[in-house]
Amino acid sequence: MSYINALHQRIETIKRGGDEKYHQANETKGKLFVRKRLEQLFDEDIEIEDAFFANCQAGDLPADGVVTGIGKINNQRVCVMANDSTVKAGSWGERTVEKIIRIQETALKLEIPMLYLVDSAGARITDQVQMFPGRRGAGAIFHNQIKMSGRVPQVCLLFGPSAAGGAYIPAFCDIVVMVEGNASMYLGSPRMAEMVIGEKVSLEEMGGARMHCSVSGCGDVLVETEEEAISFARHYLTYFPSNFKERPPKSDSVNALTFEKTLQDIIPKNQNAPFDMYELINRIIDEDSFCEIKKLFAAELITGLARIDGEVVGIIANQPRVKGGVLFPDSADKAAKFIQLCDAFNIPLLFLMDVPGFMIGTKVEQQGIIRHGAKMLAMMSEATVPKISVVVRKAYGAGLYAMAGPAFEADATLALPTAQIAVMGPEAAINAVYANKIASIEDEEERKEFIATKQQAYREDIDIYHLASEMIVDAIVEPDQLRNELISRFQIYTSKRVQFTERKHGIYPV
Amino acid sequence: MNEIKASMAGSMWQINVKLGDEVKAGEDVAILESMKMEIPIATEKDGKIAEIKVNEGDFINEGDVIIILE
Repeated sequence: MSYINALHQRIETIKRGGDEKYHQANETKGKLFVRKRLEQLFDEDIEIEDAFFANCQAGDLPADGVVTGIGKINNQRVCVMANDSTVKAGSWGERTVEKIIRIQETALKLEIPMLYLVDSAGARITDQVQMFPGRRGAGAIFHNQIKMSGRVPQVCLLFGPSAAGGAYIPAFCDIVVMVEGNASMYLGSPRMAEMVIGEKVSLEEMGGARMHCSVSGCGDVLVETEEEAISFARHYLTYFPSNFKERPPKSDSVNALTFEKTLQDIIPKNQNAPFDMYELINRIIDEDSFCEIKKLFAAELITGLARIDGEVVGIIANQPRVKGGVLFPDSADKAAKFIQLCDAFNIPLLFLMDVPGFMIGTKVEQQGIIRHGAKMLAMMSEATVPKISVVVRKAYGAGLYAMAGPAFEADATLALPTAQIAVMGPEAAINAVYANKIASIEDEEERKEFIATKQQAYREDIDIYHLASEMIVDAIVEPDQLRNELISRFQIYTSKRVQFTERKHGIYPV
Repeated sequence: MNEIKASMAGSMWQINVKLGDEVKAGEDVAILESMKMEIPIATEKDGKIAEIKVNEGDFINEGDVIIILE
């Protein structure tokens, strides 16, 4: 056999990955082979691959259980690392870790997005001294991720487990897509939890995809199949530039979806009645352009990427249909991360306000709602991309602040004629200010009348024309003209260049 | 689970269903009042109302069971 044949044979062996039985086991779980995943991810397969021969002399560790390389997605180059779970369950050996570190370094040098296709049992214990504690140990992967964060987009597709330390890969990504039934994240497995703390729990309940996407917030997008995860990633990247120096790509302009009922028809006059904010979103964005992030988590606040006249915008919108649109610790965290994401990659922000304020009561105070809310305020305040806030209906209390109220250098605060801005709603305000007086009126009719008169006076004080006259809002916009108004304003604000402040970094609550 | 729970703390303002009613997923079975807002509580599943655990006017904590489906 010539040396060329020998080379080809080695290449073929490595390309096949691990033992056939592991391929079969994956297939029964609906899991694709790593090279198949990459074929689907890229426009035309992987272009270059590094350290393909890593650990090739070990015999049973093809590519050392990870594929790293570069290919094109939507004609944009990206770096990728993809675990091969047919090789020692995708565990990390010394060379696995080195390969991951090198591809991250490449992504930083080339300033292109980094994708992590995770399906790994974690550290390979036999290699621990080489892969765990040192300068080029697994810690460096996370250190790199932190350094890369905000410089290039980092996307995690979770196809299988992401255990113990490995769980920090998704944690430091901009977005985590999880395949229901197969993906999981946990620091200690259920078996370990039983041994160490005596808890009996299932993997799904403790670290499953649905739990993370709806309860813990560690996952962002829940999908049913790997194909869906891959096509989501391809779609998601259409909203992003390659790095923080560039602008998001513009698409062809598409009209908004048309509805029989206009915005005028659907916004309820009664501030306290529920209203479905998606109805408004769909009337102002380009048709089919909404890419929602964290749909199942803290649904009282909607966050998502969209296009308005072909230009990418990040939308943060209160959802009165869920929990009255009140802000909770989880919704504040959700907003904070999303705002960081958009600001990092030059995506303008649109805040749609219909918010009664932050939740009150023992439970949320004990959860530290003040510090979570402060996080949201800090991120919103720091964001220097064009920011427009629209007061759709109410904007009460710190809700106004958190949703980019006028004091936070929003480029414009727009109001619909249904808008109402105040420290609190008329009912709560009158009860608070006149509590003693109300209690002292014995006649019920007289009391009701007193309350009604005071509420009316209060409503006049916070009337939106009064606020426009005081120049608190920059414009009152007809609901059906909102899309056009946003198109012109975002277009005009494109040249905005602002540095928030000069310092090393702020010190905010976490 | 066949339990319909309160999504947040508040008082039970209005119960929209009676025992034995058939409901469809997404239907608002009750309205809570909290933070001066009306908070609709929808069922996630189709089913028949087997038990109503609260009365209008009751204070309800987040996670409390309001209605049980058959």
